Amino acid sequence: MDRFDSKLGHYALGVASHLLLLLAWYLFVRLGDVPKFVMPSPADTLAALFQPNYDWWSNIAVTATEIFGGYALALVVGVALALLFTWSKLLEAMVLPLLVTLNMIPKVALGPLIIVWFKYGVFPNTLMAFSIAVFPILLTTARGLREIEPDLLDLVRSLRGSRWQLFTKIQLPGALPYIFAGMKVAAILAVAGAIVGEFLGSDRGLGYLMLQVQVTLDTPAMFMAVILITLLGMLLYGLVLLLERLLVAKDARVS
Amino acid sequence: MTAAVEPFISLAGVSKTYRSGRKQHLAISDASFDVRPGELVALVGPSGCGKSTLLKILAGLHPHDGGQVRIGSATHPFDPARDIGMVFQAPLLLKWRRILDNVLLPAELLGLPMREARERARGLMAMVGLAGYEDKYPYELSGGMQQRAAIARALVHDPKLVLMDEPFGALDALTREKMNLELLRIWKESGKTIMFVTHGISEAVFLGTRVVVLTAGPARMADNFEIDLPHPRTLDMKTHEAFGAYTRRIYKLLGME
Repeated sequence: MDRFDSKLGHYALGVASHLLLLLAWYLFVRLGDVPKFVMPSPADTLAALFQPNYDWWSNIAVTATEIFGGYALALVVGVALALLFTWSKLLEAMVLPLLVTLNMIPKVALGPLIIVWFKYGVFPNTLMAFSIAVFPILLTTARGLREIEPDLLDLVRSLRGSRWQLFTKIQLPGALPYIFAGMKVAAILAVAGAIVGEFLGSDRGLGYLMLQVQVTLDTPAMFMAVILITLLGMLLYGLVLLLERLLVAKDARVS
Repeated sequence: MTAAVEPFISLAGVSKTYRSGRKQHLAISDASFDVRPGELVALVGPSGCGKSTLLKILAGLHPHDGGQVRIGSATHPFDPARDIGMVFQAPLLLKWRRILDNVLLPAELLGLPMREARERARGLMAMVGLAGYEDKYPYELSGGMQQRAAIARALVHDPKLVLMDEPFGALDALTREKMNLELLRIWKESGKTIMFVTHGISEAVFLGTRVVVLTAGPARMADNFEIDLPHPRTLDMKTHEAFGAYTRRIYKLLGME
């Protein structure tokens, strides 16, 4: 397997496994003579994309807005709160245990309440994605900001370094690997949050579309919706990985 | 010949007790000794003898609660906010920074002019034997090389006093001997006053112009004497009769003879 050790070889293997899955799917439907409403072939699924009455583009845009909006909000709020915690031990001692408890609430269970409070639509679903994505970012960031060698702290103090210098030069860059670990988990959760929100109550989006076509047993369209949701998730995850590659030193990355 | 020089550091009856709740822990007591400018003083003693505490008091990180500490003199003024360089047992390099940028950290913290600091950092890296490694990352360097970078970092802001807390304690024996020779050379070239904490008795005698012996339980200063061995020191001095006499004296103080 030596020739697959190269970077290119790795990519080739990754692509190959995806193509194999596609092939297996095709052969299963074709040879098993599976009805289209149970499992459509890859070609049938692709064809669903060209049904204009499903309004794919605007539904993609809606779901993407919820996922990316909720995620961005979770990132800002999560990092900001974690920062406040490192600056105020009192605040951390009071609020962090509370957040750990709140994190135990299954966010999905909040769905009906969010609908009561904010009606249904893009905003409550964004909120859903946010509520489920914010905790991993907050908790890993708080952890990462705390991870500072006492001796390094002494070094900064011996030169009367300011709190802001400590944060920008040592704590934040040191916490980045942790923050990204949380961001990766949050990326997956944000997608789930947005879709669950759409299932519970909405009038637009890919999750909403799935419920609509389920009634008419248009399974190819359901398959297409799942694929598009997955692609949105992969786009978000890919952006996070790219950002990590740019910002985090190679040996510090948590895979 | 140097007897008339005003001491750079003067400690008189320094003590420190840590309190946590109702418990009290005497970390150091009876510490009284003078250090002339440009001396390399080795603080030696077992774990818990208060040698690291003494360094922290000198660095202004912990207040002492008895006695007097005075650093600086008319001829050698000392600014506690900027004249301290520190080296620890772990190199503590920031792994996302290149070595040169790691060396520059104290200059950044102090807000020194960066162009000159950069020049100085390059010069120091050459002095500690790291020329050519400016753009490497810490993980690309061996433990000994990382510690050299940490020494360059402790010198970059041209501090008057360098505090070293078991800087070679994590290195293998051979690298450690080599680093001892390097440190003596760097000390001579830079002319800094160095306080060097170690629990290596032979290391203390080999490096020090003076050795301060601290004992644990109770933590107190047991002795303070000059090491009258010629400079530059060489490894074969370790086999000299005088060297053996000094180490025996320390072993005795620590109750190991």
